[in-house]
Amino acid sequence: MIFMDEDLSFLKNGFRLDGRRLDELRPIKIEVGVLSRADGSCYIEMGDNKVIAAVYGPREVHPRHLQKVTRAIVRFRYNMASFSVEERKRPGPDRRSHEVSKVSREALESVIMTAYFPRSVVDIFVEVLQADAGTRTAGINAASVALADAGIPMTSLVSACAAGKAGGHIMLDLMKDEDNFGEADMPIAMTPNGEISLLQMDGNFTQEEFGKALELAKNGCRQIYDIQRKALSDKYRKISGEQSKEIAGGVEVYE
Amino acid sequence: MSDDVISDIRKDYLYHLVLKSERADGRSFEEYRKIQLEQEIIRKADGSALVKLGNTQVMVGVKIQPGEPYSDSPNKGVIITNAELVPLASPKFEPGPPNEVGIELARLVDRGVRESGALDLEALCITPGEKVWIIFIDIHILDDCGNLMDAASLGAIAALLTANVPAAQYGLGEDYPLPVRDIPLATTAVVLDDAIMFDPDTDEESVAETKLTVITTANGCICGMQKRGSGFLSSEQVYRIVDISCEMANEIREKFLEV
Repeated sequence: MIFMDEDLSFLKNGFRLDGRRLDELRPIKIEVGVLSRADGSCYIEMGDNKVIAAVYGPREVHPRHLQKVTRAIVRFRYNMASFSVEERKRPGPDRRSHEVSKVSREALESVIMTAYFPRSVVDIFVEVLQADAGTRTAGINAASVALADAGIPMTSLVSACAAGKAGGHIMLDLMKDEDNFGEADMPIAMTPNGEISLLQMDGNFTQEEFGKALELAKNGCRQIYDIQRKALSDKYRKISGEQSKEIAGGVEVYE
Repeated sequence: MSDDVISDIRKDYLYHLVLKSERADGRSFEEYRKIQLEQEIIRKADGSALVKLGNTQVMVGVKIQPGEPYSDSPNKGVIITNAELVPLASPKFEPGPPNEVGIELARLVDRGVRESGALDLEALCITPGEKVWIIFIDIHILDDCGNLMDAASLGAIAALLTANVPAAQYGLGEDYPLPVRDIPLATTAVVLDDAIMFDPDTDEESVAETKLTVITTANGCICGMQKRGSGFLSSEQVYRIVDISCEMANEIREKFLEV
């Protein structure tokens, strides 16, 4: 962690602490289908965040009194590994993770076509393995891809990222020091149609700064959407490639 | 939220009203229910307030005690916010530890107080690294007739404004009023069809899929925001809600609270 003097600036010659421009995302890596037991899964790295998401279902609801006769319910569990942060985190859910789980579930619930699966549940589990500001957005991005990987019918993917303010500059995708020592952070989640399904903010914005940050974050979401799509299509291209090879070798794939 | 018990007929009725730009209780879309605020009502608390927002009633008590600071901020006082959704307040509430609705409520109130810098935490340090004042903000919901968020937020800051630091009781000099530097206020709107309705009652809350809470400071800045519920918001809706929120919060501030 960088120790921040009052006068140490968040921006030098137009570049940020980690060398990014103001409107630049941290590098993103997405891998689809990384777990074999889960129905769908996804591993994501957004900068130094390392997050893995798994989707189970639609499956039977336990406890049964939670089931809904007209639709599937969606559950989302956000959990941080105790080694994921600087100082060891006490294992198990705390108040923050309850809140993150709630808003993340709500961000995704709206795209899942739950009416297709009455009396069942779609379980989403997100494990934060390494945290560096922006774990909830990373979790939502991973969960959205994992849902698609599980074949859950959805109206669209959901992409999430944050914009904020540090040293008076409005910037995209805050890293740890910008978040800790900055003035505001605003994670959002959005469908490719521009429908906002998560919006949180803490810190201090004027209305004008808020507008600038929201547009910046929306732009970030669009970039992430392209990466999510590519990760998914790459996986299926790979599968179909393997299948055509097998067919060419005279092996019957479908019986 | 949208799983509350509400009949389809009632739902249809509310949707029909929206088409006619009306609400069930005759308010306009941006109109708040009658707000009543009573301060210093609990003598045993160091600061207290009862907020009535229409029929919604929320009581907030502030207790101030010396305690240990967090190790990462040894020279800062501590704010601890908690919300109790006691079963007395609604048929939907159950006894037991706070559920996610209660946790979210408490955390949003906390966020407003913290992020606005309303409390000068460094001034609440007694001995650096050893002893600081701990400010407990306890939100007690008495009657849930909708929009607990705005009532709790108003109650919290109103209670803080009346709070006294009980220094004499702990042999730390004379009692003095808790210094409060800002007045953060939350305003909440629901989106129903294309209509944006402020200060939703329980029926409106259970029909609408999406709520947006915006917390503003006295100088018109935004210090916290949270979308709640499983629906969508368009950017236009967000901008509109933020605009109106700033105005509404100013009106409430002028009417009820002064620094």
